[in-house]
Amino acid sequence: MKKSFKVKGIDCANCAAKLEDNLNKMPGVEKATVSFMTEKLTLTAADDKFDEVLEAAKALTKKLEPDWEIVTK
Amino acid sequence: MNPYLKLAIALVIYVAVGHKILRKAFRNIKNGQVFDENFLMVVATFGALAMGEYLEAISVLVLYRIGEYFQDKAVDKSRQSIAALMDIRPDYANIEDESGELQQVDPDDLEVGSVITIKPGERVPVDGVVLEGDSRLDTAALTGESLPRHVAEGDEIYSGTINLNGLLKVRVTKPCDESTATRILELVEESTENKGKAEQFITRFARYYTPVVCGLAVLLAVVPGLATGQWATWVHRALIFLVVSCPCALVISVPLSFFAGIGGASSKGILMKGGNYLEALAKADTVVFDKTGTLTKGVFSVVAVHPERMTEEELLDLAAAAESFSDHPISRSLEEEYQARTGKTADKARVGQFENFAGEGIIAAVDGRQVACGNARLMTRAGAQHKDCEVQGTIVHVAVDGVYEGHIVIADVVKDDAKQAIGSLQALGVTRTVMLTGDKKEIAQDVAKALGLSEWHAELMPQDKVSRVKDLIASKQKDRTVAFAGDGINDAPVLALADVGIAMGSMGSAAAVEAADIVLMNDKPSDVALAVRIARKTMRIIYENISFSIGIKVLVLILAALGYANMWLAIFADVGVCMLAILNAMRALRIE
Repeated sequence: MKKSFKVKGIDCANCAAKLEDNLNKMPGVEKATVSFMTEKLTLTAADDKFDEVLEAAKALTKKLEPDWEIVTK
Repeated sequence: MNPYLKLAIALVIYVAVGHKILRKAFRNIKNGQVFDENFLMVVATFGALAMGEYLEAISVLVLYRIGEYFQDKAVDKSRQSIAALMDIRPDYANIEDESGELQQVDPDDLEVGSVITIKPGERVPVDGVVLEGDSRLDTAALTGESLPRHVAEGDEIYSGTINLNGLLKVRVTKPCDESTATRILELVEESTENKGKAEQFITRFARYYTPVVCGLAVLLAVVPGLATGQWATWVHRALIFLVVSCPCALVISVPLSFFAGIGGASSKGILMKGGNYLEALAKADTVVFDKTGTLTKGVFSVVAVHPERMTEEELLDLAAAAESFSDHPISRSLEEEYQARTGKTADKARVGQFENFAGEGIIAAVDGRQVACGNARLMTRAGAQHKDCEVQGTIVHVAVDGVYEGHIVIADVVKDDAKQAIGSLQALGVTRTVMLTGDKKEIAQDVAKALGLSEWHAELMPQDKVSRVKDLIASKQKDRTVAFAGDGINDAPVLALADVGIAMGSMGSAAAVEAADIVLMNDKPSDVALAVRIARKTMRIIYENISFSIGIKVLVLILAALGYANMWLAIFADVGVCMLAILNAMRALRIE
């Protein structure tokens, strides 16, 4: 499953790359891309594990930089 | 002043200005991210403090913060202007409630089949079919086309266009998230996922650049320091290295340029699915066109009327009347031409008995005379001596009471801008312009000559097109690419095979949007040339930014090592260069 989310607080291109790198190293993540321009994260993970992976991604993002937040509706 | 007091004051100011940077730096160290710009700034300024350069330490921080502030503003502004360009998402839809009053609802809540009202000045919220009303639509947001499109009952309309003057009642045919505006927005937003090589390069470069510069800084401090004993001088120079080693300025402008280029192109109705395709298109030196529907209109029309004795209008009049009961495409193009020239519709009442000869034509009684209208075989049947024609196309001969009266030629006509498209491509240095078609040799040759194409291949089966494109790809020069432009529906294999597949997207055709790398919303061949121009310009800006940023940084590093640079120059090399690169990147948005 592939879904996109808005990421708040990404204020430099290098930060986006950093977040992308870290998310891609996470277990369960098939592919993560963070666009600095559109402030969007596109996450690909297995259907049955998606919610779990997303939660972990949110936690990791928060830990890396408290200003960053993956917005889920 | 007491030196301790001086230090204390300096520290207070330092913390007041730099607390944000300090906090971030420590958190990142905790997370194991050492080569972080905040950390580097902290080390550099701490160093300056330790050496008693209080003023320098504080002003570097201040300048850095100011720089960051403007940089953020510039990025926000760029994001906004690109977003404004793509602001085609509708805000609301009007739907009639039980009492007949109009209610505003969220377009997301509309269901297929419901009826909405679109007032003048409002944006079309979802794709639909006009039930009632007559109006003109501004389609510029989707196609970049400035001429409004006339719509009336039965016409399909697309979300994202703007209703200009009439009230329209529209039946919803697609839900909001499958409508044209949403699909285009998604496509352009997702384009940032397909990163170009230049973007990957700069990200990789940044990953090594910072540690390498930091390593050099350590060497610069230690080696000459040990050798000369002048520690203060060399440590100071090394600190300047640290300021210059921040990677952000480098990394910011490249994705921004790509995005600006893609955004600018989309404002002209050219949708690119990624920076990688933009990059590949910029390198194209071969553009292959499908003929029917891409270079030509794909519909038949009258291209020549050659009467023997009567006027052209009289000949058309007879032919249109004789064929007025037929639904054949040829009959319809005769009728259209007759209407266009005389403003009248063919009068069916003039036609008496008529007979259809399959594969030959029609013999009908018109105004009491026997009119034969068809190919050479029909002429033989009617006992008339026909003449051949030098114009390529389908020839309709006309004989009246067994006497040959002339012929009308019907052919697929080239699009108005096709010749200009080939011309501009050649001017851009696209040396090979190739046309592939399943049509007859004679017709292909005619079109190829008229347009000035450098190569053409006719009478091809679909699999032949694939192998032709394979050959072209095999024979291309190194570092060059082959683009293919087709109408998207039956050309899917070739679209996928070419380095860049360009579909003539006929607004709303899902198949075309799916198969291609680049979609032209206007179906105009000249947009292929425009797309190449935009791609080239964007890539030029990107290379300018890369070489400019790296160049200035390296220059400042050299000056610093030699002792000619100070912290202020280093700050300029960091945030100043970044600002200039952002401004330069935004040029990619403007397309003249």
